[in-house]
Amino acid sequence: MTASANVKTFQINGRDYSARAEETILEVARQNGIFIPRLCELEGLSTVGACRLCLVEVKGSNRLLASCVTRVEEGMEVTTNSERLERYRRGIVELLFTERNHVCSVCVSNGHCELQFLSQKLDITHIHYPYRFPKAEVDASHGRFVIDHNRCILCNRCVRVCDEIEGAHTWDVMGRGIDARVITDLNQPWGTSDTCTSCGKCVHVCPTGALFEKGRSVAEMEKRRNFLPYLQLMRGDQNG
Amino acid sequence: MTREELEQIANTERQSQASTAQKLNVCVAAGCLSCQSQTVKEVLEKGVARRGLGERCAVKGVGCMGLCSEGALVSVDQNILYKRVLPADATDMLDALEAGRPPVERLVCPTNTPFFQRQKKIVLENSGVIDPERIEEYIAACGYTALVEALTELTPAEVIEQVTRSGLRGRGGAGYPTGLKWSTVAKAVGTQKFVICNADEGDPGAFMDRSVLESDPHRVLEGMLIAAYAVGASEGYIYVRAEYPLAIKRLKIAIRQAEKLGLLGSNICGTRFNFRVDLRLGAGAFVCGEETALIASIEGKRGAPRPRPPYPAMEGLLGEPTLINNVETFANIPPILRNGGEWFAAIGTEKSKGTKVFALAGRVQNTGLVEVPMGITLREMVFQIGGGVPDGKNFKAVQTGGPSGGCLPAECLDMPVDYESLARAGSIMGSGGMIIMDETSCMVDVAKYFMDFCMTESCGKCVPCRVGTYQMHRLLETITQLQAAPKDLALLEELCDLVKHTSLCGLGQSAPNPVLSTLRYFAEEYKAHIERNQCVAGVCGQEVHV
Repeated sequence: MTASANVKTFQINGRDYSARAEETILEVARQNGIFIPRLCELEGLSTVGACRLCLVEVKGSNRLLASCVTRVEEGMEVTTNSERLERYRRGIVELLFTERNHVCSVCVSNGHCELQFLSQKLDITHIHYPYRFPKAEVDASHGRFVIDHNRCILCNRCVRVCDEIEGAHTWDVMGRGIDARVITDLNQPWGTSDTCTSCGKCVHVCPTGALFEKGRSVAEMEKRRNFLPYLQLMRGDQNG
Repeated sequence: MTREELEQIANTERQSQASTAQKLNVCVAAGCLSCQSQTVKEVLEKGVARRGLGERCAVKGVGCMGLCSEGALVSVDQNILYKRVLPADATDMLDALEAGRPPVERLVCPTNTPFFQRQKKIVLENSGVIDPERIEEYIAACGYTALVEALTELTPAEVIEQVTRSGLRGRGGAGYPTGLKWSTVAKAVGTQKFVICNADEGDPGAFMDRSVLESDPHRVLEGMLIAAYAVGASEGYIYVRAEYPLAIKRLKIAIRQAEKLGLLGSNICGTRFNFRVDLRLGAGAFVCGEETALIASIEGKRGAPRPRPPYPAMEGLLGEPTLINNVETFANIPPILRNGGEWFAAIGTEKSKGTKVFALAGRVQNTGLVEVPMGITLREMVFQIGGGVPDGKNFKAVQTGGPSGGCLPAECLDMPVDYESLARAGSIMGSGGMIIMDETSCMVDVAKYFMDFCMTESCGKCVPCRVGTYQMHRLLETITQLQAAPKDLALLEELCDLVKHTSLCGLGQSAPNPVLSTLRYFAEEYKAHIERNQCVAGVCGQEVHV
């Protein structure tokens, strides 16, 4: 950061804040303890604006803006919480629950799951859209890790961490729409992947129990993400 | 290439055209080709040769003449139009021609009808007139003069000024002012700039861009060249869907011809302006018509949209400022520069200038391609130009804007066709597809069809579009199976609101439009399905297993 850093002042929920021009609304909110839900964004990874949970209202814009990709601007008036935003957020989380098979009681991540935490935070007690109950695969061909597509919410964090931090790009997405799913290499069993370095970063950035370590039983899979900010700091400006 | 050289090519071509007294123009665009027009052309050519008419009679392939439902179309000297021509009809046609007799009556298509008379052709002025595979014919029709004039006499700012004054708005659907977009890209800073032509036309029933590319590819190239000069770009891409092999073939020919004449490449017209154009083929994803997804696809990545801003005008292809316009927008540029912005601005309505090409499809007498001034009423489109609904059936709705648009009922027929009016009525101008439906169509079923389209074409990146379109489709399916409960309708409305306001890109944000517009105008039909288990049109009820 140079001495002439461009600082913006603006309001979030009626209170004044200031931040560097390149910071996003979500970053500023996090620094100041303002809760904005999100599932795809993760500190240390690039942003994609895919989960749509971090949408906020900005005065003067007729659209809702994803706070993870919207940079702060001078005089901006942001609302992170309103009846409308709450309704949309609940709707999106409910849609996620109907998409695949999220059964918390038998999930390795029970109690440590971001989707579960968010639904509690948003007071979701019932899902009022019909469940899909798709037949999803579990790939346990890797020596140490498992991918359970039943729990995947397609947040893309595994794809990004593998590409941006580990540099292996083992993960990617195939198919489109409701049939989209993450794959390893060219859709081959994870255990046969030539590119996977078995670093386990994907497992630990996964917000749900979709990616977990072998040998973990119900509620035993806790994710450790401290390495991300650390790696980012140590690599400094190399990765921008 | 200088102005004089261009004129020389034009004059030579005009002279050679004038040397043959009679011209038989056979449509060789995709619509007529599917009605054996290629064979018709070959039979006519052989007939002319055999009868020794080569001196005074020329047979050539031309682009689309518009009335696709009556193909194959053949025009004689621009004043007689033959319809539904089969290879076997060639003898009769040539007999009449050789003996100087009146045209073959059973094949004559009257051209004094509103379908032809109500049209105003700017984009399509050369369609059906020139041979799309010969650059000389385009040049003879004043082609590339606008480019030469722009390069040698106008500054980029003056070019943008003309486009701004014309009031031209993006023809891809959203209607963003073209002049404003150009000046944004011109002002953006980058090491390199790009111009992209979006020819990934994907709306069901829409074929305007295909027709323009098949009938007059040089017009699009000239528009791109002028745009590149105006914004300072040196490289361009045309993103065409692979489902348009003929358009791709003709574009390739056009690019090669323009390069040969020095109209594409380095030091164009002896100036410092360089521009190269490349084709990129879309692999069949509707979402790649969305500009950020299209750019990702050109970059070789998965065709998924990204949040805007930054807009492509600031950070587009490879992170550089990128101008991205639709085929029809570029096709409007040469005539605007030739005739001046004011000329164009005098056509159309206050906020929607010029003409628009529409593809008429569905339950209407004349299906095909028409170009009309903005502000024409829907009633004129359907009943005069379209010739009304066939088989004595009653008109029910007109769908504009494809899966992002809406269905408008008879009450809306007197509404003018322009960007604002259509948006107010709950639909959109879109790229120009117009599907007419009669009483045999069930509007819930129509909404389900479009939702099915959006569901399968969703890229799957954002949650509301990926799962929301699935859930909406499922609800519409329950309704069309006559098994829905009243609460399902409330759920459907709730999902429409959610998907419309939270989706990442235009595909998701507009996916609920067909449902919302049918709910607005045909709520009675939804009620009949849900409360009385009844489909008025008699379409729904049975489960269809495909």
